[in-house]
Formats: sequence, structure tokens, C-alpha cells
Amino acid sequence: MSLSPDDVRHIAHLARLRIEEQDIQEYAGNLSRIVDFVDQLGKADTDAVTPMAHPLEMAQRLRDDVVTEENHRDEYQQNAPATEAGLYLVPRVIE
Amino acid sequence: MEWETVIGLEIHTQLQTSSKIFSGSSTAYGAEPNTQASLIDLGYPGMLPVLNREAVGMAVKLGLAIGAKIADRSVFARKNYFYPDLPKGYQISQYELPVVYEGTLDIEMDDGSTKTVGVTRAHLEEDAGKSLHEGFETMTGIDLNRAGTPLLEIVSEPDLRSSAEAVAYMKKLHSLVRYLEICDGNMQEGSFRCDANVSVRPKGQKEFGTRTEIKNVNSFRFVEKAIDYEVERQIDVLESGGEVVQETRLYDPAKGETRSMRTKEEANDYRYFPDPDLLPLEIENSFVEKVRSSLPELPDAKRERFISDYGLKAYDAGVLTATREMGDFYEAVVKASGGDPKLAANWVMGEFSGFLNKDGVEIAEAPVNADALAGLLKRIEDNTISGKIAKDVFEAMWAGEGDADTIIDKKGLKQITDASAIEPIIDDVLEKNPQQLEQYRAGKDKLFGFFVGQVMKATKGKANPQQVNELLKEKLKG
Repeated sequence: MSLSPDDVRHIAHLARLRIEEQDIQEYAGNLSRIVDFVDQLGKADTDAVTPMAHPLEMAQRLRDDVVTEENHRDEYQQNAPATEAGLYLVPRVIE
Repeated sequence: MEWETVIGLEIHTQLQTSSKIFSGSSTAYGAEPNTQASLIDLGYPGMLPVLNREAVGMAVKLGLAIGAKIADRSVFARKNYFYPDLPKGYQISQYELPVVYEGTLDIEMDDGSTKTVGVTRAHLEEDAGKSLHEGFETMTGIDLNRAGTPLLEIVSEPDLRSSAEAVAYMKKLHSLVRYLEICDGNMQEGSFRCDANVSVRPKGQKEFGTRTEIKNVNSFRFVEKAIDYEVERQIDVLESGGEVVQETRLYDPAKGETRSMRTKEEANDYRYFPDPDLLPLEIENSFVEKVRSSLPELPDAKRERFISDYGLKAYDAGVLTATREMGDFYEAVVKASGGDPKLAANWVMGEFSGFLNKDGVEIAEAPVNADALAGLLKRIEDNTISGKIAKDVFEAMWAGEGDADTIIDKKGLKQITDASAIEPIIDDVLEKNPQQLEQYRAGKDKLFGFFVGQVMKATKGKANPQQVNELLKEKLKG
């Protein structure tokens, strides 16, 4: 499988990574080789195999529906670069 | 060319749990921003989600109510996308293996016809936070109180063929989730939200046309308008030789139109994969049976029972069972009055519902309770007052002037049923209207109603109309 420079730009955008135009060709080659390597799995016969959702052979434990968390907004917001009126502020998002 | 509309709905219902789906934060609405956002909700590194049992139970409840299959094993997946109100960079949802699948919902149309709509699936997921775009010059404010609120997304088959069917389906589901007490159905607060997938195709064609998705339409009326607009738009595009672009559109209620929301470059690419933080959800039969035993009487069953037990018309039974509260109220009135269930139905749907709407109050807050209304109905049935006077009494009851008997007494509204009291009034009316009397005797039968009216007027509506009829007939023979 061979990824195009546009594929690389798309993947970088989805991951919100800024990449240099000059590096794209190299990334395309490297990523293609990784995909080819993983692609070998496609040769295995999996007709009789149930898809695995988790490597642990266990089921999800459930918790009771009770409120156990308290308000720690002030502490949590000390890690935020900008807050106002209790809100986290981020660069303007326009739809 | 004749076109056929094809609609499928995705309805997001906020489940009314006390705590969030994966954390112990409160889900109460209206709290100060970010005071109900824990480290898990904020997506801090190293946090692990733990699933809320009640949310699973509510999903199963819905599944049982629509005759769906409950997956004995379902899986949570990450839906990846970046948006500031989604701190983790992914939403925990379900993808290939949802908890509920293959159900049906019957809808009733206004013309009395019914239709069975397929429900493809219902899956559990977490809600995102809220973005506030106004009030901060170059910034957007983020409130993460809603992040992690449990949602059940209910996805229909593309079985709906008109906006009216879509609205009927939405209303039915809205009624159902409230009956089940899994969602408060508050559309203003966003507890019940709808996305509509809409396409058109030439009538008779098997393949579906290209669809668009209309996002977040939050009222029944807007869903109807948004779909109607979108159908017209797509037909216009196709008939002028164009092609419908598959995209997400937003309905603008002010302009009454839909418009494109995302450009093609940003086409969604969610890269779903099983969430390694959560193990598969296994639901045992005993859990399902426990939920089944907690199911209330469902709207369809209640409607059928109202028709057979109370002799109501299908339409009336439908109105009275639209909400659990309305059905309970009606039955309480019937039981307390011990009288004619149809009279009770007319009053609950008529005056009572009218006053609820006028004042914008819920049944629980109504100034007239079921016992009080039953007290009024008893006085109609034992001929103490006429139906017309009863409306005045009801209005006074609603205004808090006391129970029916008190008001009838205080205002002297008791019906006159004593013939010796009515007869002189009739004599008086006949005497004062000699001309009409002459015409009547000359064969103008229609004037009978005129005399009845005059007598009722003279008694301020208090005379028993039936008795007035009988006495008048006698006198006019005279």
C-alpha cells in the first residue's frame, strides 16, 4: 500500500500535527511501510475467530449511580491557561 | 416527476441518572459552570472511566419497551474528533456492538392509520460539554458540566416517508422515554435532541438518494419545518439537473431554512476503535428480567385498555395516554367521580387541558386536582348544575375559590329543577313574546329554540334545560 502526500496531510490534520512540507515524502514512505507490515495480519484466516474487544478476558464492572465527586473547580482551573467566570477559555471556535 | 421522501431519525436522549455515565459527578442541570466536571470528565491523564449501572438499566428498559434485542455482550468504542468541548479528543460511544438493536415502534397518524417503524439500534455514549461563543472577544468559553452525561442514541431505520411521520415517531418516542422514566424529555434544556437524515428519490426507485443530515433540531414543529424545507431544496436541486451533496446541515428557525454546516474538506473521519479503558459490557439474563419486571404499563397497552375499559374513542384514548401523568390523572378522576368515563374524558381533555395550556403549568401544579374535578363532575351527573354552568364553576375552582359544592352554594348556581319554579318563568316569557308565540302556533317550529333560550336567559342558565324543554312543549300545546 502506498500513501500519497495528501493522505499524509489528512492524517496529520486529524491528529492536529503540524508537519513541514519538505518532510511529507519521507513520512509517506515510512507510513506506507508500517501499513504494509501490519497488513500481513490480513493473511491470517480469522473466519472462526470472534473479534477481540479487549485483551483481558473479563467483563466491565459497573458502579452504583451515586454522586461521589465534589466541586474542585478552582484547583482544576489552576492548570488552565485562561479562565473567566468559571469557564475555560479557548481560542474562538467558529462554526 | 413524482418524488418520495426517505427519512431516518437519530434521537439523543439524556438519561436521568444522578451521576454521569463514567464518573461520580452530578448531572443536575443549571449548576455553576464547571462545578460538576471531575478529573475524568476533564480528560486528565491516567483517569479511568467506570460505567454507571443505572445507565445500562435504562438502555435495557428502552430496549424491552420497543421489543428489541438486548446484546449479552456489547463494546464501547472511541469516536475520535477534536473540539474544545470534548476534552479527551474522543467521545466514548458504541459502534459495532450496541447494547440494544432491532426494535420497532408503532406510530399512529392523524388519519387513524398506523405504521411500524424499525429501530436499528440504541447505544450508550457520553455527552459533550457546552461552548459559549458570546461574551468573550476573541475566545470561546467552555462549560464541561454536561460532559459525561449519559446519552442513549436511538437510531431509526429509514422507514419514515414524510415530515408528519417523522414528527409522529419523535412524539411517540418522546412519550415512551417519559413513561419509562429514563429521560425527562425537556427539549429546551436539550434532554431530547433530534438529527434527521433526509433524502428523496423518484417514486418507485429502490435505491436511496444521497442524504443530508440536519443536526440538532429541538422542537417537533422545527423538525417538521426543517424536513419540509430540506425536501423541497433537494427536489429543486435534482430537478434543475444538479446533485445533492452528502453533508451536515443546520436548521435556522429564524429564516426557516437549512444551510450547510461543514465543508467537504472537513468530512468526518472518526476512526472508531474499541476503547481499551473499558472492558466489554456483559448483560446477564437475570439483569434483563429484573428490568423487565420494573416496566410500567406502556402507552400502547394503556391506550387499548382505555378504549376497552372506558369505551373511549381511539383518538381520545391516544390524547389521554400521551403522557403517563395525563393517563394517571384521568383514571384518578374516573375513579373518584364513579360516573361516566366519557364525561370525565371530555372534561380532562377540554377545560382541564385548556387551563393547563393557558397557564403553562404541569398537571402536578394544577390548582384543580383529580378529586376536585371529580367533585364537579358528580354535580353535573346528579343534575345539580348544567354543563354550561359547570364551566363557570370550574373557572372559579381554578382561581382557588374552593371546591365545586362551595362555589355552587356561594354563587347560588344550583340548577332549578322544581317545575313550580320554572312554570311561571315560562308563562312570563310567552306573555312577553306574543308575536313569536303566534308564529310558532302557525307552524314555525324553529321558534322553539328561541323560547328555550329566553327561559334560560331569564334563569341565568340555572334551569335544567331538559326540564325546560318538556314544560315548554306542554305549555305551547296550550
